[in-house]
Amino acid sequence: MRAKDLLGRNGEALAADFLENQGMRIVDRNWRCPDGEIDIVAIEGDVVVVAEVKTRKSLDYGHPFEAVGAAKLARLHRLSSWWCREHDLAALRTRIDVVSVIDSGVGEPQLEHLRGVG
Amino acid sequence: MGVGRSYCVALVGLNGYIVEVEADIGQTLPNFVILGLPDAALNEAKERIRSAAQNSGIPLSRRKITANLIPASLPKRGSGFDLAITMAVLRAADDIREIGGTVFIAELGLDGRLRPVRGILPAVMAAVQAGYPDVVVADANVEEASLVPGAKVRGYKTLARLAFDFGADPKELALDYNPVDIDVPEDDADNAPLMPDLCDVSGQGEARRALEVAAAGGHHMLLTGPPGAGKTMLAERLPGLLPDLADTAAMEVTAIHSLAAVQSTAVRLIRRPPFENPHHSATSAAIIGGGSGLPRPGAASRAHRGVLFLDEATIRQNTLRL
Repeated sequence: MRAKDLLGRNGEALAADFLENQGMRIVDRNWRCPDGEIDIVAIEGDVVVVAEVKTRKSLDYGHPFEAVGAAKLARLHRLSSWWCREHDLAALRTRIDVVSVIDSGVGEPQLEHLRGVG
Repeated sequence: MGVGRSYCVALVGLNGYIVEVEADIGQTLPNFVILGLPDAALNEAKERIRSAAQNSGIPLSRRKITANLIPASLPKRGSGFDLAITMAVLRAADDIREIGGTVFIAELGLDGRLRPVRGILPAVMAAVQAGYPDVVVADANVEEASLVPGAKVRGYKTLARLAFDFGADPKELALDYNPVDIDVPEDDADNAPLMPDLCDVSGQGEARRALEVAAAGGHHMLLTGPPGAGKTMLAERLPGLLPDLADTAAMEVTAIHSLAAVQSTAVRLIRRPPFENPHHSATSAAIIGGGSGLPRPGAASRAHRGVLFLDEATIRQNTLRL
């Protein structure tokens, strides 16, 4: 596995723990369909939370949040409805969250979480 | 976190209006939006501000920044809002202390230096009249801004030093950065060419008398005669007869010339009545002024309180009909 994939996988595991500690129930990880992949699906109350995780080693190439653009958000919206349809949960409300992980390899990784980004 | 607030001035011609700048930092994906009818130059402020803040050691929040210029219905133009927006955003992020009623008028360089803008004099006049005497401008604009009576002007070279004075944490600030002064050409009165004097003219008693009457009463004047009769020579000597401008008139004239300058050069009050001699092929826009964005005064406005000399009037019919 390449280093960047390893970094991303670590970040996703950290983010999943983080969301669980926030009181969410993780119901799916790395769900794939022809249109793309959802990093984490969680349930919070009666809302389906589709979480995108962005992991970086440093801020040298910008903040991870800056890598989530309009096209990415639009795809996440599409994917969230695909996921709900496949799991017969189409009646539930969905929400897109973004978690950024900055893991320099030294000390504790820093996590930030944005709820309902669009 | 919350809403940051600062003040700036929007110029519409020579009239300035106080603009309140609100900035809000939302908990969502990074973005920077400027509301309140910004033109293209003002919309580009986002990129200037991000870089300037970063290079000054006081990076902007990586969240959604919304800056609102109030009143929202008044179109805002130019780069003079850069600093006010920056200060409001820094305040919203709690990077600096409460700003109060200070007015900020300057453009930002990517390196974080404060750059002068045109039309500082009318802008500061408007701020003082509206009850906002505390004004922060670029170092190169201080002299011009200080011409306004009652203005408490502070000049800064860099955003870092301004942020420091407003309570930013000095640890990260680029306080050592000292950009070279921006060269402002001096319009030194000593170097100004001598104004032509009516005593240079021999003979022409009638025309000289007419000039004196026109100067004393502020009348229009028409000179006709064959080529070489001395019409142009006489007309050029009219401003020399006019007295120095009184305080208010001097402010009006300096304000117009501040707007007309490409780079801000008005560092002292213009006390002598201006003389404008537009070429006979000048377009109507050149004479009456205009232009999109911040309109620029034409020859007629620049001759305010002075002399507008229209040579070769017979072949100017198109522009004179205006």
